[in-house]
Amino acid sequence: MSVLIYAESENGSLRKGAFEVASYAKGVADALGTTVTAVTINVSDVSVLGTYGVSKVLQVSNDSLEKFQAKSYSSIIAEAAKAEDSKVIILSSSTNSKYVAPLLGVALNAAVASNVVSLPKSTSPFVVERTAFTNKAFQDTQLNSEVKIICVSSNAYGIKEAEGSAAAEAFSPTIDSGSLEVVSIDKATDKVSIADAEVVVSGGRGLKGPENWHLIEDLADVLGAATACSKPVSDMGWRPHSEHVGQTGKPVATNLYIAVGISGAIQHLAGINASKVKVVVNTDPEAPFFKAADYGVVGDAFEVVPQLIEKLKEFKSAN
Amino acid sequence: MKILVCISHVPDTTSKINFTDGDTKFDTNGVSFVINPNDEFGLTRAMWFKEKQGASVDVVNVGGADTEPTIRKCLAIGADNAIRVNADPSDSFFVAQELASVAKNGGYDLIIAGRESIDYNGGVVPGMLAALLDANFVNTCISLEVDGTSATAVREIDGGKETIKATLPLVIGGQKGLVEESDLRIPNMRGIMMARKKPLTVIEPTGTASQSQPSSFSKPEPKGSVKLVSADNLDELIGLLHNEAKVI
Repeated sequence: MSVLIYAESENGSLRKGAFEVASYAKGVADALGTTVTAVTINVSDVSVLGTYGVSKVLQVSNDSLEKFQAKSYSSIIAEAAKAEDSKVIILSSSTNSKYVAPLLGVALNAAVASNVVSLPKSTSPFVVERTAFTNKAFQDTQLNSEVKIICVSSNAYGIKEAEGSAAAEAFSPTIDSGSLEVVSIDKATDKVSIADAEVVVSGGRGLKGPENWHLIEDLADVLGAATACSKPVSDMGWRPHSEHVGQTGKPVATNLYIAVGISGAIQHLAGINASKVKVVVNTDPEAPFFKAADYGVVGDAFEVVPQLIEKLKEFKSAN
Repeated sequence: MKILVCISHVPDTTSKINFTDGDTKFDTNGVSFVINPNDEFGLTRAMWFKEKQGASVDVVNVGGADTEPTIRKCLAIGADNAIRVNADPSDSFFVAQELASVAKNGGYDLIIAGRESIDYNGGVVPGMLAALLDANFVNTCISLEVDGTSATAVREIDGGKETIKATLPLVIGGQKGLVEESDLRIPNMRGIMMARKKPLTVIEPTGTASQSQPSSFSKPEPKGSVKLVSADNLDELIGLLHNEAKVI
């Protein structure tokens, strides 16, 4: 009856999202009077999960799982859920977890609630709060199926440490590998991805051209941040589409979002609204972003950003 | 190739979001509805297949009669047939079951759905539909080519992209990238006239039960006004981010 989580990893290391999912699951398990079990795939050291409230880890090791495959991952989590008799399964809101969740939903005949932002409001009936209308509203959803799947919105609950340790055991499920073939993966490995970032620095047309992107990258470097851009910037080909954030691009839910030279079209704001603190730097004090931001600087990016980088370096070395 | 495009009827991005009936229902008063943007990218890609490679394109929507203008727009853009499952799209599981029933009857090679709808943002229907059909599934799909019975799809992943080969039948959860914004089509007068004559078949739902139900809605607290910091005093900004917002 334990609460089951899939603790996501990449190249054998647990992702930050796994710790938030574990923390959240611990909260749910406490409310239900049970414990948290995690499934990991090809992670050798899982002991750290104990620090976030996981009591037991089902460790899957299999060379055929080196590349992510939604179908095989779903079959593993489904078998773990059956082995543990879990009625609540919790995943992150990463691209891969959102790919797996609906497949798992059908396999376990379970309702899936995505973008969940807080612990269940009640467990009988089971009611969770999620975002809807692209962060313009919250929706309380009652899950009526026996098994329930929750995808926790990134950075909404946070990482919380707990007492205890995790007992690991090997788990060898039957894997349904499906018939998709991953031909190639094209990924920047030296950069923080938007999904994993706590801070995102984003640039818009105010940067005037791709040759000025070092301003965004340098500011991101000082803050350990991921870089992103507005839609016009990706449409003009200054930056790849994968960096475009907004309604038709990537959703961003970070602790700090810094927008440089972005006016703040409604579609852009819809995509970044879930970020906790928003800072805007723009020459135009009438830019709509100032209505959505927490802090604003009216000024030229080419003057403000280099100064900000210097001052942040001083701040970082003093703290 | 037989293509089915799943269409959600959603409030336009610029709509004011309000709720009625004690905050249990979305207030459609004064709201204009559009084809869900992620679905429209997919529909436009389907038109490309139709014109360049030869394909028939059906569209399907689960919704009440009020969604018909949106469905007609899909026909005006160039879809051949439309099907409306006459039911309130109460939850993702229900919608996926109804779509799966339509898909099974139609024997489609390719089913294109949007990665998520911009109203409830569930992002669950395409995957559930694929699982119910036991078809191959590629989510967050940003490029799709079909050659005979095999497809090459590119999927967006966190921090990059992944290229996948799959055999048909295939279900995708599509998004921008399948086509670009500039490729989207505004129906012309001829398209609109022709759409009036194209078949829009209304069928009754199979009667699957939902697994979840929305109980109530709320809106975020109104945001306080922005704190402006002078461009000459960025130390103040750093101080605020450190001491007040506690994010650095």
